[in-house]
Amino acid sequence: MENSATLEAEVISERRAVRSRRLRRALRPWLTPKVIGGGIIVLLLVIVGLSAPWIAPYDPNVQNLSHALRPPDWLFGANVLGTDALGRDILSRLFYGARISLVIAVMVVIISGVVGIALGAISGYFAGTTDFLIQKLVEVVWAFPPLLLAIAIMAFLGQGLENLILALVSQRWIAYCRVSRGQALSLRSREFVDAARSLGARHTRIIVRHIVPNLLPSALVIGTFSMASAIISEAALSFLGLGVPPEIPTWGSMLADGRTYISTSWWLALFPGLCIFFTVLGINLLGDGLRDILDPRLKRSGSGIG
Amino acid sequence: MLRYLLGRIMATIPVVVLISLLVFLLIHAAPGDPADLLLSDEASAADIAEARRRWGLDQPIYIQYLRFLANIAYGDLGMSFKYSDPVIGLIGERLPATIELAIASLLIAVLIGIPLGVWAGAKPNSWADNLGSVFGFFGISMPSFWLGIMLILIVSGYFNWLPSSGRSTYGVGHGSDFYIIQSLLTGNMKTAWDGIKYIIMPAIALGTGMMGLVMRVTRSSVLEIMSEDYVRTARAKGLGERTVLWRHVLRNALVPVITVVGLELGTLLSGSIIVETVFAWPGSGSLLIAAIQSRDYPLITGTVLTYTIAFVVINFAIDMLYALIDPRIRFGK
Repeated sequence: MENSATLEAEVISERRAVRSRRLRRALRPWLTPKVIGGGIIVLLLVIVGLSAPWIAPYDPNVQNLSHALRPPDWLFGANVLGTDALGRDILSRLFYGARISLVIAVMVVIISGVVGIALGAISGYFAGTTDFLIQKLVEVVWAFPPLLLAIAIMAFLGQGLENLILALVSQRWIAYCRVSRGQALSLRSREFVDAARSLGARHTRIIVRHIVPNLLPSALVIGTFSMASAIISEAALSFLGLGVPPEIPTWGSMLADGRTYISTSWWLALFPGLCIFFTVLGINLLGDGLRDILDPRLKRSGSGIG
Repeated sequence: MLRYLLGRIMATIPVVVLISLLVFLLIHAAPGDPADLLLSDEASAADIAEARRRWGLDQPIYIQYLRFLANIAYGDLGMSFKYSDPVIGLIGERLPATIELAIASLLIAVLIGIPLGVWAGAKPNSWADNLGSVFGFFGISMPSFWLGIMLILIVSGYFNWLPSSGRSTYGVGHGSDFYIIQSLLTGNMKTAWDGIKYIIMPAIALGTGMMGLVMRVTRSSVLEIMSEDYVRTARAKGLGERTVLWRHVLRNALVPVITVVGLELGTLLSGSIIVETVFAWPGSGSLLIAAIQSRDYPLITGTVLTYTIAFVVINFAIDMLYALIDPRIRFGK
């Protein structure tokens, strides 16, 4: 009786093992330490960002001057990571900061991707004068040191979410555009494009249906690194006071507060910086892992792109 | 070479013109009239009308742009509101501090990044390689401004080893000279050491990102070249491993490293703006941020143009360097 029960259990566990082995085999190329490590960090960021209003212990903007600059109280304190100069809870502000970073970075990456891939595909597919004009634009925008154009845009147009996204997109589309153009240039003379053309397909259709899908794997890799750099740039602009309006909590503006109170209150600068660091590290790891799998050819170009 | 040089200069001029156009459009895209922006808040309506006439703001926009361009060509970037001095002079006074900081960061990135990369590339998958790879990832993911703040917190705040802001103890608070370089040249070791104490932390903050990148590129480049035929030949004729590595491998591995350093100079340039703000370094980057905070639009425009044109010139110089190293670039396309 007991014997057959163990036998049955063994059979079941054997089946499970087979199933999980198959699953593991299918996932194996994806399950590199980099992808797992990076993925966990990014997933955590997404969860925290999405659930900020429910998991944050306080309203991130409620001031309580009698509780200003309280140091972290890890176990039993009301403010686990302490409070800032206006008595606002650091942990809550970090949670909301994750939300803002995430929203801005995702929007910037998507908009840059769409603009960059579209211009790159058009540039490479049509070649000739169109290509020349688009490449001239790339050359001019790229002539600005990274971030300086963004700083200039924020300085002239003023703070605000739309301006910030415009500023962050201003140079970030170029990485997509360059890679897409190169690939489109070689794709335009391939047989399947000729075939589509001989069937009477219009340029728009060829670009959208035949060229662009082939550009996406590289764009995904660029997008990941671009997201990391977007988070750093957004933090940098907020740190300089050139980001979203000051009432919105961001990691960068929290760091700027931390710089002001550095001689007395170390926790103000430590925690937002750690958040930025681990987020960027996670995204870079994920991007590196994805690049190894999806597009080994991009390997040499480093992660300075975007 | 001369022909290549002239050709490249001719190709650069339109880019500079288009840069000025982009900046001009940005000024005009700013909310409000440029006359309001370019005059201080105390200006009266009559002042504004006078300024509009003087700056030709009542003229068609393309004429305005041509005047803007002509002024830049003459080196006239206007007057700063805050300091009531010509913008070009203000920037010139601050540039040496920025250049000195950039050189120091570059030295840190190259002098630490390359040996680490060679070490990791020569012994792939060893503990040295893994440690180096972790280090490289940290370097790339660490925002320079946070690293700077942490350095201040730990090195200045906790241990009190190094000063946390400024450029010198002896009142040379301005950016107007190459403080360390001049001290070294005149043999004044006391002031040189003083300057070095002030520059160490900003240079580490600014150089670490580039160091991580230099390390990674050196590693992959060394790794690739280790499997070349001539490396095998060098080993076969009995050269020691160290000679092979430093004489045969490194020399060829450095080409992509130079490329990356060149590409990243722009990141260094804009990174310096933020790092200067963190350390109150009296360079042109902190000047730009101060100008933005006080809405000193002529100064903002001038600084942005100066940085961008400097970047164009640097890229131009790097292109020339390539052409000198590699004759294929000069002759063919």
